[in-house]
Amino acid sequence: MSGTIEKRNVLRLKNLTMKFGGVTAVDDLSLVVNSGEIVALIGPNGAGKTTAFNCITGVYEATTGTVEFLEKLIPKGTTPDRITKLGIARTFQNIRLFKSMTVFENVLVAKHMRTKHNIFSSTLQISHKEEKRVRAEALDLLEEQGLIHLKDEVSSNLPYGLQRHLEIARALATEPKLILLDEPAAGMNPQETIELAEFVQQIRDKYKLTVFIIEHNMDLIMEISDRIYVMDFGKLIAMGTPREIQANQRVIDAYLGVADDA
Amino acid sequence: MSKKQKIISVGLLILLYAVVFVLEQTLPAKSMLFTVLKKGAIYALVAVSMNLLNGFTGLFSLGQAGFMLIGAYVYAMFTIPAVDRLNVYQYFDGGVIQFALPVVLALVISGVGAGLFAALIGLPVLRLKSDYLAIATLGFAEIIRAIFQWDKLGPLTNGSNLLRKFPTFDSFNITDADGNTVVYLSTFVPFVIVGICILLMVLLINSSYGRAFRAIRDDERAAEAMGVNLFAHKQMSFIISSFFAGVGGGLLAMYQTAVQASAFKSAMTYEILLIVVIGGLGSVTGSCIGSFLFIAASEWWLRGLDSGAFLGINAPGVFRSGFRKVVFAVIIMAIVLFYRKGIMGDREFSLKGIDGFIKKIFGRKKRAAK
Repeated sequence: MSGTIEKRNVLRLKNLTMKFGGVTAVDDLSLVVNSGEIVALIGPNGAGKTTAFNCITGVYEATTGTVEFLEKLIPKGTTPDRITKLGIARTFQNIRLFKSMTVFENVLVAKHMRTKHNIFSSTLQISHKEEKRVRAEALDLLEEQGLIHLKDEVSSNLPYGLQRHLEIARALATEPKLILLDEPAAGMNPQETIELAEFVQQIRDKYKLTVFIIEHNMDLIMEISDRIYVMDFGKLIAMGTPREIQANQRVIDAYLGVADDA
Repeated sequence: MSKKQKIISVGLLILLYAVVFVLEQTLPAKSMLFTVLKKGAIYALVAVSMNLLNGFTGLFSLGQAGFMLIGAYVYAMFTIPAVDRLNVYQYFDGGVIQFALPVVLALVISGVGAGLFAALIGLPVLRLKSDYLAIATLGFAEIIRAIFQWDKLGPLTNGSNLLRKFPTFDSFNITDADGNTVVYLSTFVPFVIVGICILLMVLLINSSYGRAFRAIRDDERAAEAMGVNLFAHKQMSFIISSFFAGVGGGLLAMYQTAVQASAFKSAMTYEILLIVVIGGLGSVTGSCIGSFLFIAASEWWLRGLDSGAFLGINAPGVFRSGFRKVVFAVIIMAIVLFYRKGIMGDREFSLKGIDGFIKKIFGRKKRAAK
């Protein structure tokens, strides 16, 4: 991967460690995600992938180690909302839509932090222009995502696949530079997974995004990833191109287990 | 909502206010109807404010009586005419405040007072979740009640004595030189004040901030991940809810004509919570309807159960003092059993809703134009 050296790195984890009491969920994890890449984080269940995501997005405060975004250190204790405002959006392993709200409203919530009004001007509709602008932007996004015909549906009434789609659309509405996708293909059938692969590449190109993705579906990962990091028991055990990872004995052992004589 | 529906809605509201105005001029002022309308309006305001917090932001708070108490006291303290102060604060040499503010300004200040307290206690308390928040706010309300009766604060709060002689709803009536009432406004003006307050809350709920509140209610972690500052928004919702509870407290003081801290027990919070739940968590119109039904039932319709005769049945042996509460409890249990999400659920009473309801009844499946 010689081409990546001159590229600006979007995300850099340095010696990230997350301990819960005696359990070390993430152990000395260092990695880099470069601008415009699709990078995957894989590993067996419980390897610490989602914990790593939660450290990046501020849900957890890492025990030690640092997170840099766009070559700037994210200070310890930065709350998730501020990290989102910096330009890191995410989706969740179990879909977390605003269930009682419509598709349109779900997207509008993501636009809330990008508006320049306060609670008084917003309530009294003095800043009607801001509301109008945000609504127009949200409608554009729904149009682009092909969800416009569903805009007034309550989000929990959507079929599963569309809920996943909406969750990504909602994340896009925060105007991110980096998007973290936590198992976007979970529960999808092979056809939907193929569509998802195209979709991820599309949004990367269209919105000039960098994508960092956790996924168990190897077909998807091998198809779309530029590079792959592999975790096991909190530690990074391998990194490389899809081809390299497929051939890596440690990765195969981690997934299939090794015959243990001891 | 289409433009046509908006116009019809506004028209209906104007009609409602006109009816209240006309009724007030024609019916005797002592009619039970006005008791229900006045108290119902106040409770509607407080219920909507509680709904803003519990139903729309998902914060289960039980501090409403405490904030109403602050509002009621602030209102009373700032509006007792200077000439009456020596009489009211008889054990405290007329108290420290020696001026009186106009009613509307005093009501705003009652809200601000309650909001300030909310801002202070919100700092520690809003970091708690669900039941813990409820317990903490309930405790706060009890502490407030004790503090306002504290003797050392007597020059301000009159200790455990009544505050009275401040302007009441009757002072909204327009009288001629001889003191005869020319135009009755003692129900109409409270209705206008409550209407403005609820309108403000509705506008808030439908604004960008209101959407953020509902997002927090639906999924805190997702809201945070979408850039909603959880603490700031919870704090805003808490302060605004308390502000309107404070205004409601000020209005309640006017309605009761006298204020005493011991009246603002947690039972008052439960009454309001009951209204919110019966009306539907997350429904403004539900809270309003629920509040008038609740007050009408408890103050008026079921009165006969306490005094011997009900619906023409004369049974002094059964219909004795306290029986009303038994029946009331049964009705509430029935409502909760059959309307698990309250009368309105989380929907709003709207023309579109009525339209849909009528179409459903007549079996026309054609959906209203998109």
